[in-house]
Amino acid sequence: MPHMQTLTQRLANPTRFMELSARLLPWISAASAILLAYGLYLAFIDSPADYQQGETVRIMYIHVPCAWLSMMVYGVIAVSSFGLLVFRHPLADVSAKAAAPLGAAFTFLALLTGSLWGKPMWGTYWVWDARLTSVLILFFLYLGLIALRSALEDEGAAAKLTAILALVGVTILPIIKFSVDWWNTLHQPSTDFTSTVDPSMRLPLLVMAAAFTLLFFAMHLKAMRNEILRRRVKALRTQAVAGRDRLAAHATTQGAAE
Amino acid sequence: MKSFLALLQRDVRLAIREGGAIGTALGFFLVVVSLMPLGLGPDLNLLARIAAGILWIALLLAALLSLNRIFEADYEDGTLDVLATGPLPLELVTVAKSLAHWITTGIPLAIMAPVLGILLNLDLAAYPVLVATTLLGTPAVSFLGAIGAALTMKTRRGGLLLAVIVLPLYVPTLIFGISAVAAGAGPSGFGASFLILAAISLTTIVLGPLAAAAALKVQLQ
Amino acid sequence: MIDLGPHAAFIWVSYAAVAVTVAGLIVWLIADGRKQHSDLDALERQGVRRRGSVGVR
Repeated sequence: MPHMQTLTQRLANPTRFMELSARLLPWISAASAILLAYGLYLAFIDSPADYQQGETVRIMYIHVPCAWLSMMVYGVIAVSSFGLLVFRHPLADVSAKAAAPLGAAFTFLALLTGSLWGKPMWGTYWVWDARLTSVLILFFLYLGLIALRSALEDEGAAAKLTAILALVGVTILPIIKFSVDWWNTLHQPSTDFTSTVDPSMRLPLLVMAAAFTLLFFAMHLKAMRNEILRRRVKALRTQAVAGRDRLAAHATTQGAAE
Repeated sequence: MKSFLALLQRDVRLAIREGGAIGTALGFFLVVVSLMPLGLGPDLNLLARIAAGILWIALLLAALLSLNRIFEADYEDGTLDVLATGPLPLELVTVAKSLAHWITTGIPLAIMAPVLGILLNLDLAAYPVLVATTLLGTPAVSFLGAIGAALTMKTRRGGLLLAVIVLPLYVPTLIFGISAVAAGAGPSGFGASFLILAAISLTTIVLGPLAAAAALKVQLQ
Repeated sequence: MIDLGPHAAFIWVSYAAVAVTVAGLIVWLIADGRKQHSDLDALERQGVRRRGSVGVR
């Protein structure tokens, strides 16, 4: 615990963060790429077809990582939001803002791959089962976050208001999940298509999940770096305009005095 | 306590005096429910089966209509600033306003629901259950909606944004509300859905104002 | 190529969609980074300097 505290304290300074992230990024990217390659090899060459689903089970090896990321990234946003509102961590908003579009993208991919996985199995491109429905609602929560932030012009207010929305969302999320599961058992007998994962399929799944997680962290770090730079640009531009205005005002008062 | 009741009374009176808002919500409720058979066909058996769902969804949409004005009117004339610095903590201010919204919008919609149930051939046994569940579930609509209203107070086209933000949050209320109607009309009575619906509403009454007040504090800085 | 059965198209499209999206995100991230760097360089050339080490709010 204290080790984690000093880490976040060390990273709190944006300049330090830029230095550290610049050094970390190549390593995380490389590790992600290696795991991805290994995972793909396992997914296509070193794992069996399912006795029920045939080869289409291989879609599971990207669907599940995407679904996992959609939830994990929301968690990252929630933790960042907490860090902003409770600890006023300087980089918390940068983290939340950077993560939202990434999370939304992976959530969309989870829905897309889930749909394509389901079609050969059930004959339709969409099924209102508990898992897909929950992911769909999660997608709406992401959209809400992104929409709210883009609608607010004041950056400081936008940071705090999106943080509040994220925390409201993460609090209601378990209740939503519970209600969707309830709804599903009311209307359908249980048709959970991944109730048990064969041991021979667990390794590719874990490797791909790990690869995707590292991939997200690499993208997140990069996005945070971009956002920090963007804010620097904005601050400098505001400074430049203010400086010019001061000069202009000074010049006119001088001209009027003469 | 006195200031809380005074604020509540004031908001309810203002809403009733405006009249148009409540009428519009009820009118919207009526129109949307009437559109359903036009879109789905007049098969009474089909309508009876989906009546609870249609009524609940239309009710949610109608309640959304008046939500973004919970705080807006007071914000625009500066009353919200006065309330924020007044004797009543902002959390209680939002409780009063959410309660006023429920009294002036939620309850009328809940009472109107069984009337519209006639249009959808709703099973007669379901009527008292429908009223009970909508009365029980609509506080959640007001208190969750207040969070959305506080978050979107200053944005343009806040109404649509509010809907996008708040509708996913209504999913548990929707699911358990409809489930309670289905359970209540059957032989097994109210069942767990009713209790869970109550729990959800109570939770939103307690936690909703915390989030809404936090959002208002940010907006009023 | 590996035989992926009668539903091979679904598998390919899934993986392709993920690959394209991830690639697109990475390209955007890199391009955005370059743009921010060039904006910063342009501002520095104009003579706008960062106030101390608190360049970020």
